[in-house]
Amino acid sequence: MSDNIEKDEFSGTQTTGHEWDGIKELDTPMPRWWLWTMYATIIWSIGYWVVMPAWPLVTDYTKGMFGYSSRGVLEQELAAAVDAHSVDRAALVTMELSNVKSDPQTYQFALSGGKSAFAVNCSQCHGSGAQGAAGFPNLNDDDWLWGGSVDQIYETIKYGIRSDHEDTRVGDMPAFLDDELLEKDQINDVADYVLSLSQSGQSAEAVARGKEVYMENCASCHGENAKGLREFGAPNLTDAIWFYGGDKATIVRTISKGRANVMPAWEGRLDDVTIRQMTLFVHSLGGGE
Amino acid sequence: MVESAVENVDVRPVNKKENRALFERREKIQPKKARGDFRRLKWIIMAVTLTIYYVTPWIRWDRGEGAPDQAVLVDFARERFYFFLIELWPQEVYYITGLLIIAAVSLFLVTALFGRAWCGYSCPQTVWTDLFIFVERLIEGDRNARLKLDKAPMSMSKLTKRVTKHAIWLLIGVLTGGAWVFYFADAPTLLVDLFTLEAAVIAYASVATLTATTYVFGGLMREQVCTYMCPWPRIQGAMVGDESLTVTYHGARGEPRGPHKKGQSWENRGHCIDCNQCVAVCPMGIDIRDGLQMECITCALCIDACNDVMDKIDLPRGLISYDTYAGQFDGNPEKKLKVRLIRPRTIAYGAILAFVGAIMLFTLLNRSILDVNVIRDRNPLFVTLSDGSIRNGYTVKILNKLHEVRKYHVEVTGSAGLQSWFQKEGPKDHTMIVTVPGDSVSSVKLFVSIPAANLKSKSTDLDVTVVDRETGETDTQNTSFKGPEK
Ligand code: SF4
Ligand code: SF4
Repeated sequence: MSDNIEKDEFSGTQTTGHEWDGIKELDTPMPRWWLWTMYATIIWSIGYWVVMPAWPLVTDYTKGMFGYSSRGVLEQELAAAVDAHSVDRAALVTMELSNVKSDPQTYQFALSGGKSAFAVNCSQCHGSGAQGAAGFPNLNDDDWLWGGSVDQIYETIKYGIRSDHEDTRVGDMPAFLDDELLEKDQINDVADYVLSLSQSGQSAEAVARGKEVYMENCASCHGENAKGLREFGAPNLTDAIWFYGGDKATIVRTISKGRANVMPAWEGRLDDVTIRQMTLFVHSLGGGE
Repeated sequence: MVESAVENVDVRPVNKKENRALFERREKIQPKKARGDFRRLKWIIMAVTLTIYYVTPWIRWDRGEGAPDQAVLVDFARERFYFFLIELWPQEVYYITGLLIIAAVSLFLVTALFGRAWCGYSCPQTVWTDLFIFVERLIEGDRNARLKLDKAPMSMSKLTKRVTKHAIWLLIGVLTGGAWVFYFADAPTLLVDLFTLEAAVIAYASVATLTATTYVFGGLMREQVCTYMCPWPRIQGAMVGDESLTVTYHGARGEPRGPHKKGQSWENRGHCIDCNQCVAVCPMGIDIRDGLQMECITCALCIDACNDVMDKIDLPRGLISYDTYAGQFDGNPEKKLKVRLIRPRTIAYGAILAFVGAIMLFTLLNRSILDVNVIRDRNPLFVTLSDGSIRNGYTVKILNKLHEVRKYHVEVTGSAGLQSWFQKEGPKDHTMIVTVPGDSVSSVKLFVSIPAANLKSKSTDLDVTVVDRETGETDTQNTSFKGPEK
């Protein structure tokens, strides 16, 4: 097209030679500021490659002059954040857990740390508001399988329930039907008895039969008065709170097949400070003893 | 012209109506010094506004122990705004909204009455540009000297003048930025910190930014800010009515214009002698004889200039004067200026002002010094306790706006069998006395439980009443108690 070079008669600017419907494109040069900006960015990028990590290699990448890495910066910042709380952290591990409440500064530190640790580690099972679900205890209420004092909560979190920790707590709800310990009818009766402890509407005969079965098979764990025993994590069967569900079908299923949920042990996964923070946070939810 | 007492200036307005280009490279405007009533008025307003601006942060105000003693202070760090007697908390920013409404409507009112008086006299851009031009004249001389200096080749003396001028401009800029930051911190402390390099980075950054903007806007860009960057001229243009006062050239009296020799008769010609003094003094570089223009900031310097000319050639003043749009077609120079200040439009603006002002005053006078917020826990919505009763959790925030410790008694009412307890530092606490330090907020966790049998529906109304133990001041907040579906 070079032979097509011509000047536009109005502006005096050379045209590109392209023409559409009689309209010709002017070959106006780029504005100078624009060009300079582009050159500057080119120079900038070369400097950037030298100074900062930039180019991917086969197994590695160019590190840049100062060895900067955002991961390294993050690690530093995390360490600094932990460091910034060193006084509170030290106080929290040396103090008796049950005394922390009387030290507002440390207590506040524990509650906020515990809140976020809970959100990250516990909320998947216990719910974001610690409200629990069937099989996962509600931590807001005042019913505790293994005890609701700070020290008891601390142990539960640290060692877990039926976990792989050697100090873990174990409580067994046997599968009375599957292991052929009871007949179907007996299970039905004992379910009626258990229900009768907190609500009415069961047939008196069934309840009477169930009570006998209960005393023989269940009282050793749940207690003669059915108020539960914390050494075994055996729930109180007379209150309004049901761990797996309080309708008859669920109770029958619980007795027939047994229950054995696992609470992981957090010792070894989280440091002691975090476990203590979570303990105090859970205790503060309103049900702590 | 030889005989004329008036010098004829060679000046070209930037936007002559005969050949107004869509786009043109900016022409430098070198305004000539004006003398007269309006010029004096402008000096006075400049002195007053600048004094207010620079001095306000230094006024002290005793608020007692622990509170800043600065009369006007925007304390971002502690989230308080102090304005003499008034002390605002963040949740009271609606007062700022009120202030903005008042400012806007005042501007409308002033514009309806006097045209763009704001632009001409009290706009910071105008004030600082005027100050910068004053400095320029002090160092480089008036218009002619400056034009000559512009054309002269670079020399030692030109360089000295230029450097001095820009140095002083920058100094004014630094002082401006410096004054601004004093509104946001204790002024005397900050002043020392600034010099000992101990002030916050943000303080230096603010000073630097405001120095740069003051220098660039006031010294270098000047009228371009008003013409191209500022939205007010266009908005105010819409506020100006037929009866608003604006700077007006009385064409009927002035035309046909032309040079005039002393002794010549004024028969069959206008009073404008085409001396261009009015154009030369105009900081916006326009010719008011072309009629009211968007660029005109109604600074009235052209009025001063032309009155000066009229005095010299023994004609009555007021060829250019403040007049209404309606008035400019009336050629009678003797006619007394008659302005109707009270018109439907000004009455409407006045009424809005009075209304908003009254609301502000009322709320300010009845402002409570105790504020209570009750926030119900949403997760979980409610908890069933082992005895079957339902429990809800709340966070009660008590704001104590006084500068002294106050004790509050808190009570919850609304349902039979209701039980409440507070979780404070110690174990469960049923006493419900909350101590709030002065000028701060305390939040306490409140648990309320109600036997399930007493709940009539899944939502029950509760009242949280907070009583000041000493003064008896009471604040009751309504909240709800959630339970299972009934
Ligand atoms: S209006 Fe007044 S100042 Fe302007 S040119 Fe005419 S006589 Fe001169
Ligand atoms: S025309 Fe007159 S009033 Fe308008 S800006 Fe210029 S000098 Fe000021």
